[in-house]
Amino acid sequence: MTGDAAVVDVFPPDEQLDEERARPLARELGLTDEELDRIVETLGRVPSVSELGMYSVMWSEHCSYKSSRMHLRGLPTTGPQVLVGPGENAGVVDVGDGLAVTFKIESHNHPSAVEPVQGAATGVGGILRDILTMGARPIAVMDALRFGDPGGWTALDGTTVPVDPRQRHLVDGVVRGVGLYGNCVGVPNIGGETIFDPGYAGNPLVNALAVGVLRHEDLQLARAERAGDLAVLLGSATGRDGIGGASVLASATFEDDGEDRRPNVQIGDPFAEKLLIECCLELYHRGLVSGIQDMGAAGIACATSELSSAASMGMRVDLDRVHLRDDTMASWEILCSESQERMLALVRPEQLDEVLATAARWQVPASVIGEVVEGTTLTLSRRGEVVAAPPARSLADEGPVLDRPRARPDRLDALAAVDADDVDLHAEAARLAGGDLATLLHRALGSPMLASKRWVHEQYDHLVLGGTVLQPGVAGAGVVRLEGTDRAVALSTVGNGRWCELDPREGTRRVVAAAYRDVACTGARPLATTNCLNMGDPTQPEQMWELVEVIGGLGDACAALDVPVTGGNVSLYNATRGAAIPPTPVVGILGVLDRAGDAVARRVRDDGDELWLLGAPTTRGLAGSVLGALLGRGPGGVLARVDLDLERRLAAVLGASASDGKLRSAGSIGRGGLLAALVRACVGGGRGAQVTLPDVDGRAATTDGVHLAQALFSESPGRALVSVAPAHAAQLVARCEEAGVGAVRLGEVGGDAVELDGVAALPLDDVTRVHLDALAGALGESTA
Amino acid sequence: MAARVGVVTFPGSLDDRDAAAAVHIVGGEAVALWHEDTSVGDVDAIILPGGFSYGDYLRCGAVAHLAPVMRAVARFAADGGPVLGICNGFQVLCEARLLPGALLRNERLRFVSRPVGIDVVRIDTPFSAGYADGQRITLPVKHGEGRYVADVRTLDELEAEGQVVFRYAPGENPNGSARDIAGVTNAAGNVVGLMPHPEHAVDAVLSEGTDGRGMFAGLLAAIGRPVAPV
Repeated sequence: MTGDAAVVDVFPPDEQLDEERARPLARELGLTDEELDRIVETLGRVPSVSELGMYSVMWSEHCSYKSSRMHLRGLPTTGPQVLVGPGENAGVVDVGDGLAVTFKIESHNHPSAVEPVQGAATGVGGILRDILTMGARPIAVMDALRFGDPGGWTALDGTTVPVDPRQRHLVDGVVRGVGLYGNCVGVPNIGGETIFDPGYAGNPLVNALAVGVLRHEDLQLARAERAGDLAVLLGSATGRDGIGGASVLASATFEDDGEDRRPNVQIGDPFAEKLLIECCLELYHRGLVSGIQDMGAAGIACATSELSSAASMGMRVDLDRVHLRDDTMASWEILCSESQERMLALVRPEQLDEVLATAARWQVPASVIGEVVEGTTLTLSRRGEVVAAPPARSLADEGPVLDRPRARPDRLDALAAVDADDVDLHAEAARLAGGDLATLLHRALGSPMLASKRWVHEQYDHLVLGGTVLQPGVAGAGVVRLEGTDRAVALSTVGNGRWCELDPREGTRRVVAAAYRDVACTGARPLATTNCLNMGDPTQPEQMWELVEVIGGLGDACAALDVPVTGGNVSLYNATRGAAIPPTPVVGILGVLDRAGDAVARRVRDDGDELWLLGAPTTRGLAGSVLGALLGRGPGGVLARVDLDLERRLAAVLGASASDGKLRSAGSIGRGGLLAALVRACVGGGRGAQVTLPDVDGRAATTDGVHLAQALFSESPGRALVSVAPAHAAQLVARCEEAGVGAVRLGEVGGDAVELDGVAALPLDDVTRVHLDALAGALGESTA
Repeated sequence: MAARVGVVTFPGSLDDRDAAAAVHIVGGEAVALWHEDTSVGDVDAIILPGGFSYGDYLRCGAVAHLAPVMRAVARFAADGGPVLGICNGFQVLCEARLLPGALLRNERLRFVSRPVGIDVVRIDTPFSAGYADGQRITLPVKHGEGRYVADVRTLDELEAEGQVVFRYAPGENPNGSARDIAGVTNAAGNVVGLMPHPEHAVDAVLSEGTDGRGMFAGLLAAIGRPVAPV
């Protein structure tokens, strides 16, 4: 090829378009008329078929963030701990001693709804490649999953909730998919969330988080900085699978044609990914890579344009050299294919042989498909002819930015007018359980919302790589030690659509605080945030308003807690037939422990230890609560405002107490309130407890039904349940006083029941069985 | 001199690093062996680690047992060298006919990852010598295909000859294995395979306790090499 490719205006016949043919094709690909006009203006001509394909995927909502981009600019993204912020494949955080940690969460909601096993599996695979791209070895994954109510459990009134076979199918498939990929690729799963709520019946959410570790000097950036460097495609052959999968599927709502979209879902090969990971890490350590980009959404189109645009360079790519599964693929299909387990590495020509030999040793297919050139044009050719020659920047960084109209939903006023705290637990026990409070509590604890997620955790390898300190289910955050050091990182993901649907801004602040507190309860120092904003249809002004409120709450809380946002993902169009999911920002917070051995789990440890409630006083907090949902109450109420400064002070107390070795257990109080926290602590530790109810809103504890409902089920923020040996209680109290953190003695560990102030005693054996086995039972699985 | 323990890496081996770390913790030296190696070199014992060798898209271990290194492992075993197969390594040893029986999909058709109680029922192999006879230990399992099967005659022979080394504690069989068998040895007693993962239970800071340490420390003691103090 010769001359300046940007002036190409004649393409091969099967690529050439005129204005008349371009417009309907553009619409079919999801581009608006205005977007096509802009493409024509940018190019100074009508695009070729391949160019139109590239613009359609790169300018899709999924790749361009066109609806959210202007709003995301306000997030706090800097701090001394942040080495790389948003914009790269994943954020990178300094954890000391020359080590850095990179982490990110991403959605795979739409593919998982269409094909749950492969949708979830490739979600894990994709996020691992984001981590690998930064130069890091992936050391753990987490998954935040949301489904509708599967049914099959006993409601508070003793009736069985009807089974929803579709939800069972989704749960089964998604959990299999996460396990299939993570187990085989050899990265431990250290936790996450599994939430059941009717709000997700039409749109399950599958968010996958990965974390990796690297030495500062191994940091890789996705930049094509040196002309003459060769572009080497590493990994699986490119096929027709997943063309437009993430980018197109994730950029439209579902109607009734889910079956037809199945070819858009990619197929995962975790074995190929394992080899790709080892191959890339070896290339990094030997200094053989000068830039690298993974290929997920939008495939080669995305990788080549982002690498070039980031360094204001150009690239020439010969599509004939891409190793294909099917050589009848059209050029635009090769460019837009989302075949999995592929990376595009830039290497010096004189090191090519070494790179190819390394790839061969790991049995990773490799092809030299192009080279970095001066200029800013991406020149793509096939069979000796140029098929596309767009400016790289116009694809990667100059996509449309929309200021979509937004409107506060009127229904929020009606929701705020509801009194969600008007619950008398004794009266409810009389109404629903023949007056037997213990039965009512057992049923609540056996609901899929509050039951242990053991059935899920047991399908994932949480040990491989030999660093897992706190495994799923034993703490609100997973903890892994960094190889060769005493240090460990703690990670938590939290989302709560019930809170956010009442007040997206305050709900999001509360979600950030909850994830932060989960990390702090392990004794770790929270450092940084990643987020996956699962939202509805941005073309609907009310849903767009929710998105902007969520981003506002996220920025506010992350700034106040000094956990800058280092990356994330926005998943829009989570709506089916006009019904959107509740706004569901899922927040991942990363913290660090200087000594892995200091990590604190939430299970109680010894009889006689004292149970304390630390942090904020308990306030009326049934708005958006699990109890409200279990009682069949619709959404409503006002969220108690989270005190972010108190959260910081509480985290400091927890961190100091953990590093003294004085904290025996600690767990955040959130979904399901104090009762759920107590049961997790007691069942996990195999010990009972005697507990006195705390005051609520400054009202002295009583055992009347209204007080009881709040004391046990309030989800008011800022609280943690901890245990300490009696000899250390005074020191803990003094530390709390000094920090201005509340400390209330609730009782002590021991006995064979969870005894609640004489109003109910839940035998430990019963509550253990209910807690651990209820989810499997609801899903129709044996627990034997 | 520190024991030299070879740890084989097939493409798709996952717990090879952990096995090497466990050897190191008890005072041994881990020697990396690659699937294409035609010799195991100068090692005192060999571990085939867990993982999904070659993706295990075919029957688990069916491809790995054909790797060049396995001919060398078979020679090493035939000469009486101690060989331990953990999880996928156990599957590979069965496929290679170095151990009797086979491992099928778990009875409940799901991957299972949890700690289980294990009874040590034979202690005169190099890999169980670190335990007391009948000792109950807790080790994690994590596998999708760990249901040990063999025909009745083989099972009866294994029992009669004392070739069952590890058994799941009553009520804790996680996969439907015949007769609660968690691990077996060959007739000579130098090759042992088990589904549970001792290498993930050697470090008190981590989540799974230290009951696996005996397997590695016992090996070093059994072959007369120094063992690091706990």
